[in-house]
Amino acid sequence: MRGVHDMGGLPAGPVEPVEHDYAFWEKRVDALMTLLSEPKRQLLRVDELRRNIEALPPDAYDRMSYYERWISAIAHTLLQRGVITTDELGRRIAEIEERQAE
Amino acid sequence: MSAASLSVQFKPGARVRVRRTAPPGHIRTPWYIRGQIGEIERLCGAFANPEELAYNRSGLPAQPLYRVRFCQQELWPDYAGAPRDTLVVEIYQHWLEPG
Repeated sequence: MRGVHDMGGLPAGPVEPVEHDYAFWEKRVDALMTLLSEPKRQLLRVDELRRNIEALPPDAYDRMSYYERWISAIAHTLLQRGVITTDELGRRIAEIEERQAE
Repeated sequence: MSAASLSVQFKPGARVRVRRTAPPGHIRTPWYIRGQIGEIERLCGAFANPEELAYNRSGLPAQPLYRVRFCQQELWPDYAGAPRDTLVVEIYQHWLEPG
């Protein structure tokens, strides 16, 4: 089956390049990727990142921004590798949400 | 090329056909090029297979990677550019067969 990312040759409009600054969280995602994939850690390969990006459901793939796809794929890779568990990640997210609500 | 590489099967100028297949898994051969006939432009070297690296396996022995040249008019039925226009795609050897 053709993946949603595999769009070469499909009808599309012109590409309009837009300059923009990166948000702080986007820079952190980029740094996280670098730290996880560097030789002394090797907790993630760029090919695993791509696989998990391309495995996104088509509507999510279209809706999510570049770094949203990255952070989703980083989380899934670390779950698949057993570096973190879903429960750990869920509790940590809840903790941060509570802190932000205060 | 190291001993951990598969042997090179195609020389520059050889006609090749891209395999038309769509197995489940992580694939780097674009959809639109599968089943098409092209010509080997050059060997790029041999690299760990990204279809395996994507599952955190070694990807070895390394797969030869080629630049393969295709005729634009053969790829797109309504292509409006010059008849000599070509398109070059990097394709791993296991996706190619003699054309």
